[in-house]
Amino acid sequence: MTPVFAIENLSVEFARADGTVAAVRAASLAVRPGECVGIVGESGSGKTQMLMAAMGLLGNGARASGSVRFEEREILGLPAAQLNRVRGSRLTMVFQDPMTALTPHLRIGTQLAEVLVRHRQVTWRDAEQRALRILERVRISEPRRRLRQYPHELSGGLRQRVMIGMSLLCEPSVLIADEPTTALDVTVQMHIIDLLRSMREESRMAIVLVSHDLGVVAGLAERIYVMYAGRVVETARTGRILAGAEHPYTAGLLACVPDLDAPRRARMPSLAGQPPDPTGIERGCAFAPRCERAQERCHVERPLLRDRPEDHQVACHFPLSA
Amino acid sequence: MSALRRLRSNPAAVAALGVILLLIAIALVGPWLSPNDIAALDWAHVAAEPGLVGAHWFGTDRLGRDLFVRTLDGTRMSMAVGLAASAISLFIGIAYGAVAGYLGGRTDHVMMRVIEVLSGLPLVFFVIFLTVVFGRSRYVLFLTIGAVGWLSMARIVRGQTLSIRRREFIEAAVASGAGTGRIIAKHVVPNLLGSVIVYATLTVPQIILFESFLSFLGLGVQEPHSSLGTLIAEGAGEMEAAPWMLLVPGTFLAALLLCLNIFGDGLRDALDVKEG
Amino acid sequence: MTRYFLKRLAGAIPTLFIIITAAFFLIRAVPGGPFDQEQSLPPEILANLQRAYGLDLPVWQQYGRYVSALAHGDFGPSFKYKDFSVTELIAQGFPVTLEIGVAALLLAVLVGIPAGVFAALHHNSAADYATMSLAVVGIAVPSFVVLPFLGLLFGIRLHWLPVAGWEPDSIRHLILPVLALSLPPLAYMARMMRGSMLEVLRSGFIRTAFAKGLPLRVVILRHALRPALLPIAGFLAPAVAAILTGSLVVESIAGLPGIGRYLVQGALNRDYTLVMGMVVIYSALLIAMGLVVDLLYAWLDPRIRYSG
Repeated sequence: MTPVFAIENLSVEFARADGTVAAVRAASLAVRPGECVGIVGESGSGKTQMLMAAMGLLGNGARASGSVRFEEREILGLPAAQLNRVRGSRLTMVFQDPMTALTPHLRIGTQLAEVLVRHRQVTWRDAEQRALRILERVRISEPRRRLRQYPHELSGGLRQRVMIGMSLLCEPSVLIADEPTTALDVTVQMHIIDLLRSMREESRMAIVLVSHDLGVVAGLAERIYVMYAGRVVETARTGRILAGAEHPYTAGLLACVPDLDAPRRARMPSLAGQPPDPTGIERGCAFAPRCERAQERCHVERPLLRDRPEDHQVACHFPLSA
Repeated sequence: MSALRRLRSNPAAVAALGVILLLIAIALVGPWLSPNDIAALDWAHVAAEPGLVGAHWFGTDRLGRDLFVRTLDGTRMSMAVGLAASAISLFIGIAYGAVAGYLGGRTDHVMMRVIEVLSGLPLVFFVIFLTVVFGRSRYVLFLTIGAVGWLSMARIVRGQTLSIRRREFIEAAVASGAGTGRIIAKHVVPNLLGSVIVYATLTVPQIILFESFLSFLGLGVQEPHSSLGTLIAEGAGEMEAAPWMLLVPGTFLAALLLCLNIFGDGLRDALDVKEG
Repeated sequence: MTRYFLKRLAGAIPTLFIIITAAFFLIRAVPGGPFDQEQSLPPEILANLQRAYGLDLPVWQQYGRYVSALAHGDFGPSFKYKDFSVTELIAQGFPVTLEIGVAALLLAVLVGIPAGVFAALHHNSAADYATMSLAVVGIAVPSFVVLPFLGLLFGIRLHWLPVAGWEPDSIRHLILPVLALSLPPLAYMARMMRGSMLEVLRSGFIRTAFAKGLPLRVVILRHALRPALLPIAGFLAPAVAAILTGSLVVESIAGLPGIGRYLVQGALNRDYTLVMGMVVIYSALLIAMGLVVDLLYAWLDPRIRYSG
């Protein structure tokens, strides 16, 4: 099946005072229609920049190269006028911080309605009606009142629901959720994930869920991509990753997820060291300095993504199962 | 200091500084180069065009006074007022602001109210009053302009003091038993230096402008000295017949103010201090 | 929102009152009276004059009389311009000053703000640098240099516009003065707008707006403009003050019959009532401007409306 959303060899660079920063290095991923894909990585792993590039939202001074195909059309580098035909309607995005994501001086209703007015050419009246229905769909109470309110009158969790609703208005084929729960309380996090799950069940929408929290991603995604220092280092079906991750970094991440059933230990496991400096030149495997299994070869030769059984890829010279 | 390096890499600011220094040099040295005097009336060359005749390089005015030395005299006057009045503003402003910020609470509130009310009154007005009361000497001018210009400085200093006060080393100083006055002088003030420098670079051109403005209206410097403001006022009246009378002092003033502003901007960028 | 406004209004009136009172007593604190400049008058005539204008009464009484007259809109007689009352003088000159002041403010807003937006959208381009360089010139060079220079260029060399003078209902005479008057606030607003817009464009909600597929025009006009205007609103009151002070100079250079010249003349002549009249007018204008700015803030940012 052809992927509805595919990134191929995408690299993102931007110029800074102290050198060029390579935020993303030749990363690839594919999302099939209706599939939920998770992307996991630390801050600085490039996961957000990759998706910003795909959406054409990179800041000034950033350059992207490679390919991004959406519904079989190349969208990387498209001029805004053409990109806007799919952006916000068929390809939508929800951002990390709901507190700053909505325009403070416009009512909720207006911010929702303008998407429909823009993409579906309906009247403002009709648009507000549909906005009302979307608010109901994302389970916001008193939707009619909410429509007339301003963002500052809503809590973080409510605002994030509004953001999700906003991205569903035109029935997208792909919804990108970049750390949708990171800025929220834990209990609210669960609600948001549940919401995303039920939205998916109702429609044939594909979701790209980004998080630094493997636990959050594992709960929803069918396939997981693990990113480190701008590259994809491992990808497989979720079940396989959880049962037997092959890359030491992934294994490390898994070990860090607290398991309530496990006996209490004296120390919580964590990954030693820091991610590498993005302005530096790559030599060998980027994870090698922090890897317990690292050998001579790892510091010199960069491992490429190699196939493992059962639709699994790892970029490691000494994967865990070998 | 990285700030100096940043400043040096800003061509506009460096050029502006160069021009300022050049103007200062000319203003100080120039009069010695010319045989003419600021009050001398050369009846033979009244309203003469700039040229070499009678060493009137910038021409003369209606009374035959040499424009070269008068312009330079005016430039010196403007610079002197700028510096002196700014220094006074700075001093009063820092003292007032530091005290208000440091003491906080009621005192601060009252002190700030006073500033608010004073800010509401048109500046010109005050200075007019003060000038009329105390006469029109140079020193009075310095004092009055400086005394009036301290308001914004005080506000900024107070804001900075308020934030500095909360920092730990102040607590340490208080804990060690240092008196309030000593703390303000030795700890608070040195830390304000950054914003003070920046603000000073903003104030100097403003004050020079203000002094010229007053002189232009006829409220400033007395004869025989002139300020760029008075020269411009005279020149404006003679625009049709003798345009150089306007162009020379006008260009000097414009250049001085422009370069001070550009340099101030550059300094602000280099020190990376945010306004207000 | 009306409550917010009324609260502000209630605060403004005492301020005006304080200013009037302070000015009143300050003027009288200055040694020398309004008649000192005349050729030395025999003491009896001086005493008569003083009595006629109420200057022989204790200061507090003078104050009381002044305030009650003021409440009736009577600014009193001018001490210097014997045949006119201050009210008449103000009525004559105010419209002219108002005309050029408003025109200058409008020009500053209508040109300065778009210029700033333009510069922000073309950040770091040649157009951006050019606009900002012009802005520095506008801010640094005072109007009493700009106006004569403009007059020299357009009036004398090119003969396009009149240099000075005034005719009722003539716009040609106002062009150069208004231009010179508007330049500093215009330049300031352009710079401010550029900085403010650049900052707003970095906000999360602007990114959301783009992600929604909205075109640039809509993002700027509907989402970015209002928050970016906030600092400009704060600048309006100082801008008006600057225009008022600037009008003093511009009116005298261009020979416009506004009220600016009365302020200076009044102070020099110790014309108490005239100067008081000027104080009241200027202060009232500035305070009114402050109120307008408050209202503007509330409209621009809904959060302020409700916190009152």
